[in-house]
Amino acid sequence: MSHLALMWSSLFRRKARTTLTLLSVVIAFLLFGLLRSVADAFTVGIDIAGVDRLIVQPKYSIIDPVPMAHINQIARVDGVAAVTHADWFGGIYQDRSNFFPKYPVDPRGYFALYPEYTIDAAQLDAFASTRTGAVAPAQMLEEFGWKIGDRIPIEADIWPKKDGSRLWEFELVGSYDAIGAEVPPSEFLFQYDYFDEARQFGNGGVGWFIVRVADPAKSAEIARAIDALFENSPNATRTATEAEFAMQFANQVGDIGLMMTGILGAVFFTILLLTANTMAQALRERIPELAVMKTLGFTDAQVAALVLGEAVLLCVLGGVIGLGIAAFLEGGIATAIKGILPTFALSTTTIATGTGLAVVLGIAVGLLPALRARRLSIVDALRGH
Amino acid sequence: MWHQVWEITLMNLRNVPSRLGASSVIVVGIAGVVGVLVALLSMAIGFRAALENTGAEDRAIVLRGGSGGELSSGVANEHIAIVASMEGVALSSAELYTIADIPKRSSGTPANLVIRGVEPSAFEIRPEVRIVAGRNFDTGKSELIAGVGAVAEFEGIDLGAQVAFRDSTWTIVGIFDADGGVNESELWTDLPTAQTAFRRTGAVSSMRVRLTSPDAATSLAQRIDADPRLDLELTAEPAYYSAQAAQLTALITGFGYVVATIMAIGAVFAALNTMYSAVSSRTVEIATLRAIGFSGAPVVVSVMFEALALALVGGLAGAALAYLAFNGNTISTLSGFTQVAFDFTVTPALVTTGVLWAVTLGVVGGLFPAVRAARLPITVALRGE
Amino acid sequence: MTAIVKLEGVSRTYVRGKESLKVLDDIDLTIERGDFVALMGPSGSGKTTLLNLIGGIDRPSSGSVEVVGQKLETLSSKALAQWRAAHIGFIFQFYNLLPVLTAARNVELPLLLTKLSRAQRKANALTALEVVGLADRSTHKPGELSGGQQQRVAIARAIVADPDLLVCDEPTGDLDRQTADEILELLELLNRDHGKTIVMVTHDPKAAQHARHTLQLDKGGLVAATVS
Repeated sequence: MSHLALMWSSLFRRKARTTLTLLSVVIAFLLFGLLRSVADAFTVGIDIAGVDRLIVQPKYSIIDPVPMAHINQIARVDGVAAVTHADWFGGIYQDRSNFFPKYPVDPRGYFALYPEYTIDAAQLDAFASTRTGAVAPAQMLEEFGWKIGDRIPIEADIWPKKDGSRLWEFELVGSYDAIGAEVPPSEFLFQYDYFDEARQFGNGGVGWFIVRVADPAKSAEIARAIDALFENSPNATRTATEAEFAMQFANQVGDIGLMMTGILGAVFFTILLLTANTMAQALRERIPELAVMKTLGFTDAQVAALVLGEAVLLCVLGGVIGLGIAAFLEGGIATAIKGILPTFALSTTTIATGTGLAVVLGIAVGLLPALRARRLSIVDALRGH
Repeated sequence: MWHQVWEITLMNLRNVPSRLGASSVIVVGIAGVVGVLVALLSMAIGFRAALENTGAEDRAIVLRGGSGGELSSGVANEHIAIVASMEGVALSSAELYTIADIPKRSSGTPANLVIRGVEPSAFEIRPEVRIVAGRNFDTGKSELIAGVGAVAEFEGIDLGAQVAFRDSTWTIVGIFDADGGVNESELWTDLPTAQTAFRRTGAVSSMRVRLTSPDAATSLAQRIDADPRLDLELTAEPAYYSAQAAQLTALITGFGYVVATIMAIGAVFAALNTMYSAVSSRTVEIATLRAIGFSGAPVVVSVMFEALALALVGGLAGAALAYLAFNGNTISTLSGFTQVAFDFTVTPALVTTGVLWAVTLGVVGGLFPAVRAARLPITVALRGE
Repeated sequence: MTAIVKLEGVSRTYVRGKESLKVLDDIDLTIERGDFVALMGPSGSGKTTLLNLIGGIDRPSSGSVEVVGQKLETLSSKALAQWRAAHIGFIFQFYNLLPVLTAARNVELPLLLTKLSRAQRKANALTALEVVGLADRSTHKPGELSGGQQQRVAIARAIVADPDLLVCDEPTGDLDRQTADEILELLELLNRDHGKTIVMVTHDPKAAQHARHTLQLDKGGLVAATVS
């Protein structure tokens, strides 16, 4: 028998009670895993934003177009290493629930600005040279069962073609991926040149520019310089880091993070109450036993450590199981809510934080009983029996 | 039998203070479940109410075919007159729908605020829109009226305030109320002024139509569909707004139920734990009662009553907390692409739902321990542990 | 023979609220190594208190307690615990086994405080159970054992770390006549064949007959010493 085995046996003194308490802890950490993932899904853009990238958007609203012509002036700003552009196509693939962003881009320029995206060189060449060509994330090919060479039909809602039709067809010429990303990319990319030429209105405009700066420390300076270029023109701009840009969107939905934290706070408060109660009860019942262990020669500190260890063991076990269930369910949930929250994923950070929280919870509920166990007077305890 | 039940229940309830720690676990646990459920569902109810309050049976909206919403829609100037003169149209107004980036009060970061350019007929079509402070805007001037929701949610949107965008400074000359509908989250101004300022002189976004009668919607829609000159579609307002509301409402409602259900499972474990320990700490008492002559049934029922009483207290507390903390609070979130402000709405029906959940949890949490209490062999129980 | 227990001028007073109760009054006592001593006296005479002092689980209010050559008052709480582990084995009236552990694990418990390997601990525990004749019940939990069997397991636990002194508080108080006799014979065996010094509190004269010497305690003081 090891110390761990001793703690384990002591915990399950009352099987039903310990099991129920354990299950409550499991539920709490299951919720932790799921809710943190929801909160993360709203802010994931912020984490993957490149530190050396800026987004140049129209000053007054995201739906105004910015003239493509701006790109030459931006490229000449001191500190700008590279610049490309993108736009929001919108549109629907088969059904509204199959939501993914679709951007008309400059093929080589876009992948140069996003070096973390990997694409086969031959496929990039095909993308650049095929007018109606498109590339999609590898995961999307799996999900929709696409193969290279397939025709992908997109029904436009914002951008009708010159002939009034709303059906755009693209030829899938390649797939790309992002190595080591916590969340896989989801942008469906096609040629801006084709888009601009075929669309009914808005020709010559883009949605936003993406700029790479040589020195991220100078981002604020460079952003101001870019905006100054167009301040007095009819197409003024607002430049911010990519992280700030992503944050804007998250903030528009509302303080999701606060809401999740609020719910989790309520849950953990209850769990703390329940588990502390169980531990206190368990201790009361074990006072004679703990006294006996002291007679055997266990020191005050050792007995206290045993009691604390049991609390931590219970909470960590519950935490690991709860997070494990969350991990198990993650895939299914992510697929089910893909249309609403495409970036739902259980991150390693959440798992690490959750485990740490479990340890803290264990210490919190075990501390008082452990101190009582330490102070226990052998004689008084035995007499009471 | 009921007299016995009453006596035992009273005895148990009088004992609760001595088991305050364990009893508070049930109360707090169930309060948490009901509180979260009521708070989240009140968001869904409030959001749906805001959208449904906007739609009137005798009104319809005209958009470009397939656009899905006013933001991505466009109606050419030439087509306005065609629609306005169709049979079934009692009154029509052409409207420009666009957005401006204005910081939200809650986050300080820019969000999409709707600006609607309207003709005088827009007010006739929407009798629920009433100026409640200041005055209506004058035509041809850079003047705006702001909905009460927009005032609540956005920074710098107040009566008399000056808002700068589009190279000009606009003054907010009045505040309007719209019976809690979506329009309250908007800024309204004169249509020609908006068209000039936003450089959309060739078209408007949508048309709002008052129908000659609610039944006229279907035939008018068909007529518009059949006209080869027009690429437009007509939707009766109730259908339009409920489609707009559908996804987000379903999302919040679904989320609320999922989280509350998981919490409820945890609460059941906590309740079982508490009630089992309540029963086991009173085995001698219960056995003595039975030895004296109380039958098993009153014991069972009294344990259930105790669990129910605690659960009910928890449920009412949770609903009350949610009501006090949230009811009537205005929040806004992204609906489609723009901000919609709405109020948390805790309805009596919602409170009833919450209390029903509490009662169910109480029953489930009390049943098994109650049965175990009744089944305990008297002799075993009387001997003590 | 050497003295294994030496008490000089030992008093123990308890304070309850405003009242103080003198349970032991100026006791001088010597017990030789290898002896089997029964401590008797009426209820309230302080015999359990005296036992607790000898076993190192309580401290005197005044006087000196020297056991196995160690002056206990010089030891800190932690050192006292470690000393107990090495030198004392306790046997209680209500056995005080851990209900969550099997017999073997209960006996193994004191060995967790030693540096023995897990295999050695298990082996020693089994040996101790063999000495008390319960090796075949090693996987049973206390709830599955009779009173007499539980006391045997408790005795095995008391001897497993090879202590110098066994301290027993009414070891047969909860057992029927026949079982009590078996336990007392086991204690005699441990004293006679294994050289364990035993100090036993009892109110049962028949139990005292198994001991070599009897000490009488009354109102906190030693009265008479007899040889059995």
